[in-house]
Amino acid sequence: MCRFFPAIVPFSLIKPLSTIMSDINDKIIEYTAKLARVKLESAELGELYPQIKGILDFIGKLEEADTGDIEPTSHILPVNNVFRADEPAQSLPMEDALSGAPRRRGRCFCVPKVIE
Amino acid sequence: MELYSMTGSQLAGLLAGGEVSPQDIMSSLSRRAAVKEEQVRAYVRFEGGLESIPPEGGVEGKSPLSGLPVSIKDNICTRSFNTECCSRILSGYKPPYDATVVSRLKKAGASIISVKTNMDEFAFGSSTENSCFGPSRNPWDRRCVPGGSSGGSAAAVAADEAIFALGSDTGGSIRQPASFCGVVGLKPTYGRVSRYGLVAFASSLDQIGPITKDVRDNAMLLNVIAGYDPKDSTSVNEPVPDYTSCLGRPVKGMRIGVPKEYMVEGIDLQVRESLLRALEEFRRLGVVCEEVSLPHTEFAVPVYYIIATAEASSNLARFDGVRYGFRAADAEGLHDMFSRTRGEGFGKEAKRRIILGTFALSHGYYDAYYLRALKVRTLIKKDFDKVFSGFDCIVTPTSPTPAFRLGEKIGDPLKMYLSDICTISVNLAGIPAISLPCGFTGKGLPVGMQIMAGHFKEETIFKLAYAYEQAVSAREKRRPEL
Repeated sequence: MCRFFPAIVPFSLIKPLSTIMSDINDKIIEYTAKLARVKLESAELGELYPQIKGILDFIGKLEEADTGDIEPTSHILPVNNVFRADEPAQSLPMEDALSGAPRRRGRCFCVPKVIE
Repeated sequence: MELYSMTGSQLAGLLAGGEVSPQDIMSSLSRRAAVKEEQVRAYVRFEGGLESIPPEGGVEGKSPLSGLPVSIKDNICTRSFNTECCSRILSGYKPPYDATVVSRLKKAGASIISVKTNMDEFAFGSSTENSCFGPSRNPWDRRCVPGGSSGGSAAAVAADEAIFALGSDTGGSIRQPASFCGVVGLKPTYGRVSRYGLVAFASSLDQIGPITKDVRDNAMLLNVIAGYDPKDSTSVNEPVPDYTSCLGRPVKGMRIGVPKEYMVEGIDLQVRESLLRALEEFRRLGVVCEEVSLPHTEFAVPVYYIIATAEASSNLARFDGVRYGFRAADAEGLHDMFSRTRGEGFGKEAKRRIILGTFALSHGYYDAYYLRALKVRTLIKKDFDKVFSGFDCIVTPTSPTPAFRLGEKIGDPLKMYLSDICTISVNLAGIPAISLPCGFTGKGLPVGMQIMAGHFKEETIFKLAYAYEQAVSAREKRRPEL
C-alpha cells in the first residue's frame, strides 16, 4: 500500500449487498474518491453521497437474481488471448507520442517532482 | 430538392452520373449548417461552416461512399483534429493517429468533417447535457434533448447538417438519440467494427456504429467500417457481407418475438401504440409476431451500471495530466497533480461514474457487486439465446418515452439511467440492434422501434427494417421544421 493512504482498508470482508447498503457512508465515498485520485470539494461530496447511495440501493436489486452456479460473463464472444507474430513493426513516432503533453522536456514527459 | 436534404444513396447516384461534384455537396451541407447550427448545436467548436479533412494517402478502389461527407463523434480519433470527448480533461487534444473507422472511410474516399459532433462527456449520459460544450437541441422540438450520448450525431443527421454520422453505443448511445431525433442508428455486433481509436468507456460493451437518414444509408456506411482489425484484439475475423444486398429481399415467414417485459409499466402510451401499429405493419408483410419473454430484463440496468462504471473507472485512469489534455496548475507533487487534474478536468457525471466504478471494484465489495453483475450478465445473455433459437428478431421500443425536456432528468442520475432501460440488454449480450422511426407522438416527436438479432445477424435486421421503412415511407414522410 502506498504511503498516501492508510494501510488498513476500512472495509469489511465479503458481505451480502443488503448489509453493505447499511455500511455506506460519506467517509467511504470520500475514501473511494481518494483511491480514484479525484479531488472533491466538500460541496461536491455532499451532493455525490446521496446520489451514489441511491444508485447503490437500486443496484441492490441484484440480490434477487438467482446466480447460484452461474458462470460470470466478462467477454461476450469466445475470444482468448490474441497474439501477433513476433516481428518488429512500426510504432508511434516519439514526437507524435509527445505532441499532446501538457509539459515536456526533451524526449520526456515532465511531471512535478516525485522524490523529496 | 437541396443536396443537403438528400440521402447518401441519392447523392451517390448523382455523383456517379456526374451531375454534382463532392464540392457541391460539401458546400450545400456547410451552408445548411451555417444557418441551422445556432438552433441545433450538433457540432462542437463550430465556426460558421463545415470543412472536410484534406485527404492524405490513396483512395483504394471505388466505393459508394466516395465523395460523400461523414460526421464523426467527438470520441473517435481524427489525426491532427480535435478529439476531446466533450470533456475539459481532453481540451485541445489532437490525436497523432486516426481511428480505424476513420482511416477506412478515408480509404473509401469519404470526406471526413473536421469539426466533431457533440456528446455527453466520455459518452456518460442520455441527453448530451453532460457535454462540457453545452447540450445539443432536438431538431423536432428545441426545448427537448436530442438523446445521448451520440446526440450531436443524431441531431446533425435529423437537421440535414450531416449526410452520414458515426456514433458509439455502450448502453444505447446510438439507438436512443436516433429514436429521439427520428433517424436510423445501428449498434453492430460486439467485435464487428474495430474500436481502435475510439476513446474507451466500457471495453466489453462499446461499439461504433452508423447514424443515417434511412436504412440503405446505414447499410452503406456499415459496409465501409465493418471488418477485422489486428489493432483491436476484440474485433472478430468474420467475413463482411455487402449489407445493401439483403435490402428488398422478401420478409414473409420471418419470425419476430415481442418481449412482454418491454411493454409494461413505464412505457409511454403513445410509444406503445406506435409499436403496436408497427407490428401490425409487419403482420401485413407476412411476418409472424409472437409474444416472448426475456425474464431477466429487470436486472439489466443495475448490471449495466456496475459493469460499465467499473470498466470506465479503469479506462479513465489514463487521464492524469501527464501525456495529453488538461493539467491542473499549482499542484504540490505528483499525486496532488493527478487528483487536482482529475477533480478539475472531469465533469460531475464522469466523477460519479469513476467513484461508483472504483467502489464496485474495491476490496470487500468486488464479489458482492462486480462478480454478481457478471453472473447476471450471463443470465441476460442466455435469455436472448433462448429466444433467438425460435425467432429471427426481437422488436421493442427503443426508448420508453419520446425525447424529454432539457433539464428534466439532469438532477436525478438514477432517473436518467432508467431512460436506457430498453437498449442496455443489447450491449450486455453483445448482439446487434437498430433503431428506426415508427411514428410520431401527438406533439410531433418521433418514436423509435428497436430491432435486435443474434450475433453477426446485421443482415437480418437490415432486411426487416428496410421492408418496414418501404411499407410506411409513403405515409410517414415528415421533416423537422427548422
